[in-house]
Amino acid sequence: MVKNKLLGNIVIAVTAVSALIILIVVGFVMLNIIIGGWDQLSWEFLTGAPRDGMTEGGIFPAIVGTFFLVVFMSIVGVPVGTVTAIYLSEYAGQQSRLARMIRFAVNTLAGVPAIVFGLFGLGFFIQFVGSGIDSLFTGEGELVWGQPNLLWASLTMALLTLPVVIVSVEEAIKTVPRELREASLALGSTKWETIKKVVLPGSMTGIFTGGILAVSRGAGEVAPILFTGAAYFLPKLPDDLSDQFMELGYHVYIMSTQSPNVEETRGIQYATTLVLLLLTFLLNFSAIFLRYRLRKRTIK
Amino acid sequence: MTEKPITNQAFISMSSGNLKEPAVKSTTPVFSENNSRSPWFERKRRFSDAMAERVIKATAFISLAFIGLIIFFIFKEALPVFQSTETGRDHQDSTVVVEQQETYGDDISGVSESMGAVEDRAGQMTMMDYKDEVTIRGLFTEIWQPISEQPKYGLLPLFAGTAKITILGVLIAAPIAILSALFTAMFAPKWAKEILKPCIEILAGIPSVVIGFFALIVLASLIQNFFGFEYRLNAFVGGLAMSLAVIPIIYTITEDSLTAIPKTYMEASLALGVSKWQTALFVILPAATPGIFAAILLGVGRAFGETMIVLMATGNAALLSWNIFEPVRTMSATIGSEMAEVVFGEPHYHVLFLIGAILFVFTFTLNAVAELWVRKFLLKKFRGS
Repeated sequence: MVKNKLLGNIVIAVTAVSALIILIVVGFVMLNIIIGGWDQLSWEFLTGAPRDGMTEGGIFPAIVGTFFLVVFMSIVGVPVGTVTAIYLSEYAGQQSRLARMIRFAVNTLAGVPAIVFGLFGLGFFIQFVGSGIDSLFTGEGELVWGQPNLLWASLTMALLTLPVVIVSVEEAIKTVPRELREASLALGSTKWETIKKVVLPGSMTGIFTGGILAVSRGAGEVAPILFTGAAYFLPKLPDDLSDQFMELGYHVYIMSTQSPNVEETRGIQYATTLVLLLLTFLLNFSAIFLRYRLRKRTIK
Repeated sequence: MTEKPITNQAFISMSSGNLKEPAVKSTTPVFSENNSRSPWFERKRRFSDAMAERVIKATAFISLAFIGLIIFFIFKEALPVFQSTETGRDHQDSTVVVEQQETYGDDISGVSESMGAVEDRAGQMTMMDYKDEVTIRGLFTEIWQPISEQPKYGLLPLFAGTAKITILGVLIAAPIAILSALFTAMFAPKWAKEILKPCIEILAGIPSVVIGFFALIVLASLIQNFFGFEYRLNAFVGGLAMSLAVIPIIYTITEDSLTAIPKTYMEASLALGVSKWQTALFVILPAATPGIFAAILLGVGRAFGETMIVLMATGNAALLSWNIFEPVRTMSATIGSEMAEVVFGEPHYHVLFLIGAILFVFTFTLNAVAELWVRKFLLKKFRGS
């Protein structure tokens, strides 16, 4: 009996220690990056452009590039994801074969490695669609759309984050009580009117949450934009969809691996990483907060 | 007024399969065919309703279409590898090439066919035409040297690198994640749960490029100072960093499947006088095995396809060895680092797409197996009886 109790304590201790390991590791990673980047973080750093061969200056172009990327990504991804979620939860029957196939496709999309999205962006958007547009509309041998740019990177990213939006919006649509729909229908509205006036306003929070989570994911992923639009350094900000752009995550990657002065620019690297981390956390926490409010409503 | 309830009923019966015998039915008037007599705005409303349904359906189709497009375009760009003569050495016989194209002709028409089949056939080809089929033999050599006078596209070191990182990452992550999940599901006091769960969410939210950066700058030096490895960046560092990305996945799914086990299991066990830890280890944990298995599979899938961490933390040398303390180059990192500089249409370009296709097929299979497994075993087990 005593032996049993001892064994039990050991088992519990082992599980507790593994939990503790996770805590310590997460704490260590976070602290390390916060401490490493905090001193460098300043208003000038956030609003200045890189100077002196990228060894000095700020990361403003990377912030702007990231902003453009996630904005265009959301403009495409959030509506498509929302409508897909509406189809799956409002139109598709339980046994609908098309719905099951779409669900399977969404799950598959969620599991495809980010780098494969990058390859797809290159093979489909740039080589196929982009070059196609070029050969039709632009002059001989000129490359406008058939090369990496903001548009193709945003579309690739939209595809990557589509499952995030769909899952989140579907979850929100489920929290709209059925009675509300029935009441709307009983008053004589059509299905579309019910969706527009009852279901969509009721799931607005979920659509926001989905959008925020998608933006957070999109801001953090680098692999898909490695060869679909991100640039190492650009003297000017992108002002057209066919321009390349700098991006925070890509900046971290390139500065810490490819830059000629890796040691000298450590401070910039840390600070950029911190900015990226703060950005994703800010987004994630607001999504968690919104979702928490949504869940509270469900219980009521 | 008469025609409106029809849409209502259609809606209710479609949207809620679980709705018990709709009470609406009795009050619903029978469908009347006086559509032509309805006022114009009524017709407009019904028209927009029908249009909306079509548009929504079409949009929902997009994700399906893009999965098809992904498969098609990745394989389309990968297939020329099997027809190219440049990948191999010089003594290529032209008649062999023709034969080979015939062999792969059906693959081009049905690109959606799984890569596994192509790989299998590739394997057979190597067995049969080993002497003649230099392209495919070239893929199974030990040297990855795409940029040189005589490019060599041996994928073996890349396979080995990916395998090393994946196995290491999952081997480190799985015990920690599963035990922690067991802790939160069975033993932890409430306050501990409230610390650990957000902590896992934070870990899951860290972008992989940040983990890669941390591994490159901090972890690698730490490990080298501690163990004194010859190479600062090696497979071990990459595996450790990868475990950070894998832990949240394994933890979340394991915890879900642990808490999904009916309370009666635990109550019955405890009522028999079995202590809590024994219940956890010998009742709850075995019952959740399918879920844990799925969690590990998904973890493997994540580690397999992850790019930024390995690109930054593994040293990226395409070596073929058993030593886990040497630098490695994984398949995903190869694509990530070489695709930007490659010339479109060159063999190198197609080989990189081939690697992408392999990544896709592997993760696709893992995800499908994991999902089927969970649905078949875990759900049926608790629902069926």
